Amino acid sequence: MDKVLSNKKVIALYVLPSLLLILAVVYIPIVLTGYYGLNEWNGIGAMKWVGLDNYAALIKDEDFWKSAGHSLLLAVFSMVSLIVYLIVAMVLAAKLKGANLFRKIYLIPMLLSSVAIAQLWLKIYHPTNGIMNSLLESLGVANPPAWLAETDLVLFALFIPILWQYAGFYILIYYAALKNIPSSLEEAAKIDGANSLQIAWKIKFPLVMEVVKVTIVLAVVGSLKYFDLIYVMTDGGPNGSSEVMASYMYHKAFKAYDFGYGSAIGFFLLLICLIATYIIRKATASKDTIQYS
Amino acid sequence: MFKQTKWMTLSLILCLALVTAACGNNNSGSSSNSGSSESGSDKKVTISFMHLWPEGVSAGQNKIVNQIINDYKKEHPNVTIKQEVLDNEQYKNKLKVLSASNQLPDVGVTWAAGFLKPYVDGKLFTPVDDLLSGELNGKFVAGTTEAYAIDNKTYALPLEFNIAPIYYNKEIFEKYNLEVPTTYDQFKQVVKTLSDNGVAPIALGNKDRWTGSLWYMYLADRIAGQETVANAITGKAKFTDPGLQQAASEVQSLVDANAFVKGFNGLSNEEAKSEFTNGNAAMYLMGTWDLPNFTTNEDIPQSFRDNVGFFKFPTVEGGKGNADSWVGGPGVGLFVAENSKVKEEAKAFVQYFVTKWGEQSVTGAGVIPATKIDTASLQLPQLYIDLFNELNKASSITLFADVQLPANAAETHLNMIQSLFGKAVNPEKFASEQDAAIAKGN
Repeated sequence: MDKVLSNKKVIALYVLPSLLLILAVVYIPIVLTGYYGLNEWNGIGAMKWVGLDNYAALIKDEDFWKSAGHSLLLAVFSMVSLIVYLIVAMVLAAKLKGANLFRKIYLIPMLLSSVAIAQLWLKIYHPTNGIMNSLLESLGVANPPAWLAETDLVLFALFIPILWQYAGFYILIYYAALKNIPSSLEEAAKIDGANSLQIAWKIKFPLVMEVVKVTIVLAVVGSLKYFDLIYVMTDGGPNGSSEVMASYMYHKAFKAYDFGYGSAIGFFLLLICLIATYIIRKATASKDTIQYS
Repeated sequence: MFKQTKWMTLSLILCLALVTAACGNNNSGSSSNSGSSESGSDKKVTISFMHLWPEGVSAGQNKIVNQIINDYKKEHPNVTIKQEVLDNEQYKNKLKVLSASNQLPDVGVTWAAGFLKPYVDGKLFTPVDDLLSGELNGKFVAGTTEAYAIDNKTYALPLEFNIAPIYYNKEIFEKYNLEVPTTYDQFKQVVKTLSDNGVAPIALGNKDRWTGSLWYMYLADRIAGQETVANAITGKAKFTDPGLQQAASEVQSLVDANAFVKGFNGLSNEEAKSEFTNGNAAMYLMGTWDLPNFTTNEDIPQSFRDNVGFFKFPTVEGGKGNADSWVGGPGVGLFVAENSKVKEEAKAFVQYFVTKWGEQSVTGAGVIPATKIDTASLQLPQLYIDLFNELNKASSITLFADVQLPANAAETHLNMIQSLFGKAVNPEKFASEQDAAIAKGN
């Protein structure tokens, strides 16, 4: 067995199919997108070479940077909400009654399709007979706002279902990480007289740190390229007030028939995500790795 | 050594085959059809047909489509029609995606003028002039096929002819003692009375943006005159024309007067329509393609359908437009894809469909087809007959701006409409942005 696995040719053979698949479906299209960004193309006719014109126009494009700001805001909110998820996961990991049931309940939004979630929240946010406004009116609020029509509110109104959608995912990851901590450490701390808060902050948190770093990257990059609920619920919102980079790219490519510019946006989005990942890894890198027996 | 190399090559080929099969499947699975291209009518043929009349939204049209398809199958047992049904906005999106990957269905639905142009430029639609000079010669209403012609070749056969009246709820009007307004001042009075009494005057779903464009176009027509509007859209005049700018500020004053239903800029057209059909809003400006919902559609309560009337968009005092000028024009038409493998059979089907649609859509769906009809010999709802008569005495019909304009300019126009209604731009910026986009010519 060892002889087979250590044979370099065999290793190459095992890796080759997936490598080809990823090359064909991910890496080559990325390069092609960058190439399309250098052309002017309406998607149907022939392409016209324009060099870096699209990228230059992109840097000066106010609407794009506005949408980038919205994506960044979503990324920040996602990062902050990770703290809430960690706390919830810690509570669930403790052997409380009903923790099992709650874990399953929190996971349910992850099982719904994005469009189903969008339809659900559209009905909740409906200005006259949605659940949200009906509740507010019954509590005495005179004129509850139209959540998806007010340009100041729409972005924040959208953040709630977006964060709700992925809550279960992160809670599950943290729960698994917390369960991996050997209980002997916790017991030792208890014997030394630590209360739950100190155990959580000084023992559990540092031990799941590596996992938290990974989830930060996942949350930020996922938020930067987020598309689903924005598109289905408001399609960029009244006058672009809920536009994010991915939906802006979609509008430019598929509605205004400007595939060259759309590809430039797509490639630029990739660069932004790469830079964000690099910055986060650098900022959260630690020189020592924690080892527990 | 030789044996080992042979074994490795074999397994390598196997792996590669698996990988290409996995990738290749995505393409062949969604290609148009696998029918034969032989002209013998004994060969089995499959025609893929994509349209935008889902049962839940356009019940009348959907029933007719299925009826025509079934009748066609009985007369041509070797032909199978594969339907794909989407609703309006999704249809527009999917058509664009399919055109980019050159996988259009054999037969599909398209709009005229500026919408059609990119597809024609990309040689995606096949000319259908041969069908026009055949059986269908002279059967179309004047002006309908011209909208689908580019460089003297027609690329789709029109199915509908629409105008856009303001539908209103007679019961609500009676309740507040309101008369049907003929002038814009009367209209504003109606809006004020309704709004003071807590009833939403107008149902508008401006998330889709083209619905608000109807309001602007009518105001522009009534204030600046039909010719100015038509010229501004083609670029011969400018949107900064004082009449057109006044129309834009009128729109904003309507918004200020709370004329539109709450949260209109975030509501889809369907949601707005349900506000109207539920009796929550008194008026609804929409095309005659929605007539079935107010006449024959059994899903909507009869009591509501009996209650719907219409009136022409009011005239503005001192304005250049008259009451018989309408926004509307040829509606959707059928195209045949240029790279369809069953072009001849698809064309035959389109010809059959257009003829039967002309006959059945009047009574079955209650819409106005693009082929000439004789209303005297048919039993029709009163609302339909009245609107049909209006159509025949229209002084002019201006095609919707977002259909006439080329893609980029249409997007800018629609976005500006949403900004105008949301009061995010003033009329000057509204005008200058549109002029700039139209000047670019794409």
